[in-house]
Amino acid sequence: MQQETRKRMIKESAIWGFIVLELIFFSVAGHFLSLSENAFMDFENMLLLLKQSAPIGIIALGMTVVMINGNIDLSVGATFALAAVVMLDSMSWPIFAPLGDWVIPVSWALALLTGMVLGAINGFIVWKTGVDAFIVTLGSMLGFRGLVFMYNGEQPTFQLNWTMVDIAEARLFGLQTPTLVLIVCTVLVWLMLNKTIHGRNVYAVGDNREAAVNAGIRVGPHMMINFIIIGFLAALSSVVFYSASGSVNPNDGMLYELWVITAVVLGGTKLTGGKGSVIATFGGVIAIQLLRKGLGHIGADTAMVNLVIGSILIAVLYLDKQLNRKGDGDLKV
Amino acid sequence: MSVHDQKPALRLEGIVKTFPGVRALDGVSFSVLPGEVHALMGENGAGKSTLMKVLGGLHQPNEGKIFMGDEPVVMGSPMDAKAKGVVFIHQELSLAEELSVAENIYLGELPRKSFGRVDWDRLYADSGAILKRLNCGFGPRTLVGDLSIANMQMVEIARALTVDAKAVIFDEPTASLTDAEKVVLFEVIADLRAQGVGIIYISHRMEEIFRISDRITVLRDGAYRGTLNTAETDEDEVTRLMIGRSLDMSRNAEHVETGDVALEVRGLSCGKLFQDVSFEVREGEVVGFYGLVGAGRTEIAETLFGLRTPSAGKILLKGKEVSIHSPMDAIAHGISLVPEDRKTQGLVLGMNCRDNITLPQVGDLTAGPFVSDGAEIAIFDQYRDRLDIKTPNWRQQVGNLSGGNQQKIVIGKWLSMHPEVLIVDEPTRGIDIGSKSEIHNLIRELAKSGYAVIVISSEMPEVMRVSDRVIAMYNGKLMRSFTADEVTEDNLVQAISGLSENGKVA
Amino acid sequence: MADDRMKQVGAFLARQGILVAFLLFMIGFALANHRFIAIDNVLGVIRSSAILGVMALGVTFVVISGNLDLSVGSMMSFSTIVVLDLHDKLGPALAIPAMFAMTLALGALIGFLVGYLRLNSLIVTLGMLSAIHGLTLTYSGGKNMDIADKAGTWFGGIGRGSVLGIPGPILIFGLLALVLSVTLAKTPFGRKVYAVGGNGTAAIFSGIPRARVVFMTYIISSFCVATAGLLQASRSLGSQNTVGQGLELDVLAAVILGGASLLGGSGTVFKTVIGVLILGFIQNGLLLVGLEFYVQYVVTWVIIILAVWLDVAAKRGRILSPIA
Repeated sequence: MQQETRKRMIKESAIWGFIVLELIFFSVAGHFLSLSENAFMDFENMLLLLKQSAPIGIIALGMTVVMINGNIDLSVGATFALAAVVMLDSMSWPIFAPLGDWVIPVSWALALLTGMVLGAINGFIVWKTGVDAFIVTLGSMLGFRGLVFMYNGEQPTFQLNWTMVDIAEARLFGLQTPTLVLIVCTVLVWLMLNKTIHGRNVYAVGDNREAAVNAGIRVGPHMMINFIIIGFLAALSSVVFYSASGSVNPNDGMLYELWVITAVVLGGTKLTGGKGSVIATFGGVIAIQLLRKGLGHIGADTAMVNLVIGSILIAVLYLDKQLNRKGDGDLKV
Repeated sequence: MSVHDQKPALRLEGIVKTFPGVRALDGVSFSVLPGEVHALMGENGAGKSTLMKVLGGLHQPNEGKIFMGDEPVVMGSPMDAKAKGVVFIHQELSLAEELSVAENIYLGELPRKSFGRVDWDRLYADSGAILKRLNCGFGPRTLVGDLSIANMQMVEIARALTVDAKAVIFDEPTASLTDAEKVVLFEVIADLRAQGVGIIYISHRMEEIFRISDRITVLRDGAYRGTLNTAETDEDEVTRLMIGRSLDMSRNAEHVETGDVALEVRGLSCGKLFQDVSFEVREGEVVGFYGLVGAGRTEIAETLFGLRTPSAGKILLKGKEVSIHSPMDAIAHGISLVPEDRKTQGLVLGMNCRDNITLPQVGDLTAGPFVSDGAEIAIFDQYRDRLDIKTPNWRQQVGNLSGGNQQKIVIGKWLSMHPEVLIVDEPTRGIDIGSKSEIHNLIRELAKSGYAVIVISSEMPEVMRVSDRVIAMYNGKLMRSFTADEVTEDNLVQAISGLSENGKVA
Repeated sequence: MADDRMKQVGAFLARQGILVAFLLFMIGFALANHRFIAIDNVLGVIRSSAILGVMALGVTFVVISGNLDLSVGSMMSFSTIVVLDLHDKLGPALAIPAMFAMTLALGALIGFLVGYLRLNSLIVTLGMLSAIHGLTLTYSGGKNMDIADKAGTWFGGIGRGSVLGIPGPILIFGLLALVLSVTLAKTPFGRKVYAVGGNGTAAIFSGIPRARVVFMTYIISSFCVATAGLLQASRSLGSQNTVGQGLELDVLAAVILGGASLLGGSGTVFKTVIGVLILGFIQNGLLLVGLEFYVQYVVTWVIIILAVWLDVAAKRGRILSPIA
């Protein structure tokens, strides 16, 4: 029991230990290798890091919920792109012309609504057909992407609104808007998962779906709500990002699902469901971003970043497996 | 107190439930009185589970009515049933291991505060009170994953106490409990009935049924066969209702000529699972391993089959020491294992009968680089006839066969390997009584034809019926070995409870 | 009785549904546009599906054994870049086997991680997707790779030439499909793949070396990827680092469309080929009737969901999921 508790503690704090290691490593290595004169652990640099973590991070929060729930969502990248297209395009709809700058919140709302509708579509299909979420969202990953293209062909959609950019680049307590949104969302999702009935049911359903059904939890609508949540968060991530950039290509957001899942798994969420934490996912997101920036800082290129992140993901999986071993004499299956 | 004058707490009348192509329940009536333990018996497939699922709101009946007191009710869902006071305690633990005990007890109905928040104070207070009532040695904040199986079962039972229960259904509750834990369970049941709760108790274990029930209702083939007062009946009568005839459960009286020592084990240990185990099995002999779940019997079999690495000791086959690192090694040395869990270990359910039987030797049944169809079908035909496996043809998916026929496929699979040592782990678990005696006879025949056979079983009548020698295990150790003549129920029970003959704990 | 017959019809449709859908689909498009079933159009479609198809053949083995392979896209980029680079350094005759050896080594690494170390294949191949992409970029230095003397090499003949009027890629795809189909359906190894995917524990309890079988499925998968990389390189004689990006999910879609269950234990090579052709013909058919290429994404989405839905519905005997 004692040992179990210790193992659990090691595992739960592992991601933060990893982040500390990264910080030390890049600070020291940067001292010798860095091309720039700036220290790695520079305050501005860290703020930038948080801001850059936001797009993947916000989606990863939703992915954590869905994965704890025992599902997965591969369509988040496409949802991200479609929400952006809707947001940027709707700003120039003639019907909204009289609104002036008040079109911004309306377009935001439309984008978020788009995300929720797409999530609801996924959730509804999972619920009613009983087809595995992996396949359903693999399909809608293609389908939603198709919708993105059908909206505006292969042309980028753009809309530069300086008021919106100002909001997106605003700072509060020194933190940029994306960072704030990420932090607020992390807190909210944490509260949802740990303090609400729906949140506790997320764990229950992911851990033992049959038990949840027997206990009278309406698993179908429950899962649909979680898909709506991840759709909403994917759209929110898109709103935050494209409010600043103002231009979306139809291929944007591709492979986001893979980055997001990587972050969530690094944070220790169990693939089979029932276990995970958004705080650890937040750690996972930071760890990846730190790795990207850190490797950049010491002069490594994208190639190295990809190589290292892939290897670390596999190494984490291996370590996790070793920690879970019960000892000698295990059944060899 | 005469139970007949009381009004039933719960009554089912003329329940019919059909599934595509099957009439699972055919006009079954059943009632349970307040403060009564009513046992429900029947073979697998007799309709017990279906009936309880109808009662628990998991299935809707096609015909018939359910009454609570005098009121006809409809159990729309498990929640609905529970709200009406009918609680189902499942055979398979249906707990979420990453959640706390309290959350599991109130799964699906966590107390609510504003904004859909969980009312933790109330949750912990309420579940703490229930745990106290059950004398549990753990608190509501413990993670269920950290509990022992028996304690998890207590959590399941605690769920029944969250509502003002009128009737509680126990489905095979003792399957994974130790004797000491059973006592606690029976106390809980006694406590519930004292409070006027009707108990529906489903079990295959006669001794339990006779110990705690007031009445016994028997189902067969989805139909009601009768209700008996426990005090006025005996096992034989119940068995006859269940299978339509008496059952031969005598002990093994044959004395076969045994041959050379086929398998010898010396000082075999595997971590904490079992220690210093030594025994031998001769050709033509059946050695039964009896003990409680967790005593280390299955683990010995798995070690012999190369699935676990022993920490000490030797395995000798025909007097020669061998080292077995994998099932492939074991098979090459002529050891076969019919595993404990047919569905997860024994069979690939989605594969057809033939492919399952030939699976261990498919690499050898070749014509050129390809699997030889003819050779495979020949093997299938041979064992279908020899074991009397009932299947339309070899293309049938194994998952569609009955439990007994599935088990015969597994046995056929290993017989076709012509092993020298055959290990059979729980050969009749979850199999109807008819097929059971067939398999018992088969095991005896195999021994007669020269196989060395090890039978592991948790059922005492089974061990006594098939074995020439019985080895009793307790807590990872061999306690005693009996010959068929020596063994009695009493000394066997003593040996597996860790009591030595003078009654002291060994 | 009627019930039984309905069940049989249902079971038949579930088993052969994908074939039926394919035929209906072909007839529909053929009626809409006669060019659709013209022989040169059909050959064209198969030819352009060949690269995806070759990869799908290997992934079929992986999926039947109960695992996933998300790394095939980035591995294919790797093979393409490597063979193009080595072509100019070693000459094509040496470049091809060298590239195969390197790709197989990657497959062996994945096979080791998933088979012997028993790590989750989704995450391992996700990690490898990223790692191999990094490897490719390191190898190429981030630059596009081109063969210097495009006219003077026989290398392009593999992807561009034809034998007896049949284009090379179709020939290779067909041959590989035939060999792998027989391997899966008729050999002891194929049987073991099904057993391992159907019930890995039971397979081990039957003396089947699960780790080795899983390892071999990844070797087969990487061999197919190498072949696909070869076809890609020889067809284009030059390539970007990201040529295979995103293909892993298209490949998986084709395999699933063919009816292989992600849980393992079911699927055939032939059905995967049908799945690949459906994807190819959808794209082609939609283009022929004048729709943009991206409409196929939406159509594919609908078809995948319907195909898998039909499959699970037939297995559980009811159309809608029983979960409340």
